Amino acid sequence: MPEVLKAPLVVEFPFTRSLGPVQSAFLTGLRERVVLGVTTRDGRTLVPPVEYDPVTAEEISDLVHVGTTGTVTTWAWNHEPRRGQPLDTPFAWALVKLDGADTALLHALDAPGPDAVRTGMRVRIRWAEERRGAITDIACFEPYDGDDSTVTVHAGEFEDPVHGIVAQARLDYTYSPGRAQTAYINALAEHRAVGERCPACRKVYVPPRGACPTCGVATAEQVEVGPAGTVTTFCIVNIKAKNLDIEVPYVYAHIALDGADLALHGRIGGIPYDQVRMGLRVEPVWSEGGRYPDHYRPTGEPDADYETYKELL
Amino acid sequence: MTSDAAPEPRDIAVVAFAQSDTLRSTAEVSEVEMLMPVLHDVIAQTGLKTADIGFTCSGSCDYLAGRAFSFTLALDGVGAWPPISESHVEMDGAWALYEAWTKLLSGDADTALVYAYGKSSPGSLRDVLTRQLDPYYVAPLWPDSVALAALQAQALIDAGATDEPELAAIGARSRATDNPRAQLKGPVPQGDYLVRPLRTGDCPPVGDGAAAVVLAAGERARELCERPAWIRGIDHRIEAHSLGVRDLTDSPSTRLAAERAGAFERPVDTAELHASFTSQEVVLRKALRLGDEVAVNPSGGALAANPMMAAGLARIGEAAARIHRGESDRALAHATSGPCLQQNLVAVLEGDPR
Ligand SMILES: [Zn+2]
Repeated sequence: MPEVLKAPLVVEFPFTRSLGPVQSAFLTGLRERVVLGVTTRDGRTLVPPVEYDPVTAEEISDLVHVGTTGTVTTWAWNHEPRRGQPLDTPFAWALVKLDGADTALLHALDAPGPDAVRTGMRVRIRWAEERRGAITDIACFEPYDGDDSTVTVHAGEFEDPVHGIVAQARLDYTYSPGRAQTAYINALAEHRAVGERCPACRKVYVPPRGACPTCGVATAEQVEVGPAGTVTTFCIVNIKAKNLDIEVPYVYAHIALDGADLALHGRIGGIPYDQVRMGLRVEPVWSEGGRYPDHYRPTGEPDADYETYKELL
Repeated sequence: MTSDAAPEPRDIAVVAFAQSDTLRSTAEVSEVEMLMPVLHDVIAQTGLKTADIGFTCSGSCDYLAGRAFSFTLALDGVGAWPPISESHVEMDGAWALYEAWTKLLSGDADTALVYAYGKSSPGSLRDVLTRQLDPYYVAPLWPDSVALAALQAQALIDAGATDEPELAAIGARSRATDNPRAQLKGPVPQGDYLVRPLRTGDCPPVGDGAAAVVLAAGERARELCERPAWIRGIDHRIEAHSLGVRDLTDSPSTRLAAERAGAFERPVDTAELHASFTSQEVVLRKALRLGDEVAVNPSGGALAANPMMAAGLARIGEAAARIHRGESDRALAHATSGPCLQQNLVAVLEGDPR
């Protein structure tokens, strides 16, 4: 069996998230180097603050200041920081109960080594130099043996509060399409189209995915199909896609390759967009060095009879 | 005529269980190709045909493979034509089983196929799992799954609830399993710290795999299985999202779910716990009041094989399979989701008296 194809796949998204009043005040506070908590009706102070009491689900919004120094309630030594984490040198993850708070905040603790960290140790916030209203405005915690912090500012009112955050996320994958699609993609590079036949219902699937969706069994028998096919249905695209150098309008169509029992889709070229029709006979066109058809163009044959493709719509 | 009394709930049982090997990488097969043999296996055990299944429910997560709506492609392996009654949870398959159980309770179906699968190999699981965290305060810091488990482990050590040698013993006992499907078994070195206090031996292997069960109601269960594993109770509970609000040394949600599932009414002889880290077994044993007389994770549990989204369903399947084989009369199965045992599901299974 030839080796399966693999390629890097990066999924990256900047989530823009809006903040409610409590989260807005907390994150704006960080920008101004103050930490706010929220008090529950039974008098507990939650830091970081939330809009609903985690016990009673009651809406809460009474903001209070808490200290910028606190106590470690548990920790874990991270000798190999990973991408995106607060520090790129070894550090401790720590839950820190800030002075005046009843719950703990998760962040990094910069310490020389695990022997310098213990539960119950006193720490203080090290602020990021540039702050914009995000949890990363706290650069990390650092060991601290001075006095408890005194709260000097009141209320959660700020000029120019932050109303949202942009949460960047990036995940790296190695994508493999598996055995069946690898064979399909490799054949395309040789200007051939191969499908797989279901052993039970005898249908030929192109592109093959390794299973017959009707019978729920593995497909294995490889079948060469095409190269020509029939347009079974189509649409006219009027919106230009980002990073895609195709003049609009153009036609995107379902194409049943000869010998296939499932239509695949592709762009139709070589014919004015308003002359594309169901039943049009088309063939693939590869661009120079292309590993897959760039588009499909009319073969010049007479249109296929509706009866020959009506099951493939 | 109407009656004020609620009708007796139907008896529902797990009648078959199948799972794949759990492998570090399965790049040569697509998700549906990995899943299909498991589906065929579990269906064949019952003698049913796909078309006979009343309800199908699955659990998986798109973030693992990095592809949207990947579960729809997996449906190719079920044979979804003619159209079937189907549902999906973006969670461990144990929660899909819960949904199927309610469907059978309602009388809408007599049989259900529940399956779950996960391929962790395409991505970096520790990073992928950060995306399930609070997006405002926690996820931007990228604390990985091992780091969060390590915070819980240290809290337990500080509380005197365990120590590193005990954690090592839990890992060793889990991997001393004869489960042929396990990814990690036999003497496995405890290894270096991954995130202190957790060593590699305290953490689950990263693997790809799938699991499936068939549920059936009432007499149908007896027709399909010689000794059905009757679900006597099942419940799931969730705790506060924020780690700093929770007591990480305890799992009140597990205890409450167990109580509602009837786990404390009579002793169990077997417990399949979805403890992905050695330290989590310490928390769960306490929450579930499990004594040394209970066989905990004879399958090796998640420390021997941890296919994401399938490991929880596999706990229910493994517990049921012991009842099917006559190795257990009353078993508890537990599944979890989220960091540091945030969400917990407990099922109590029983075989007919012998
Ligand atoms: Zn078929």
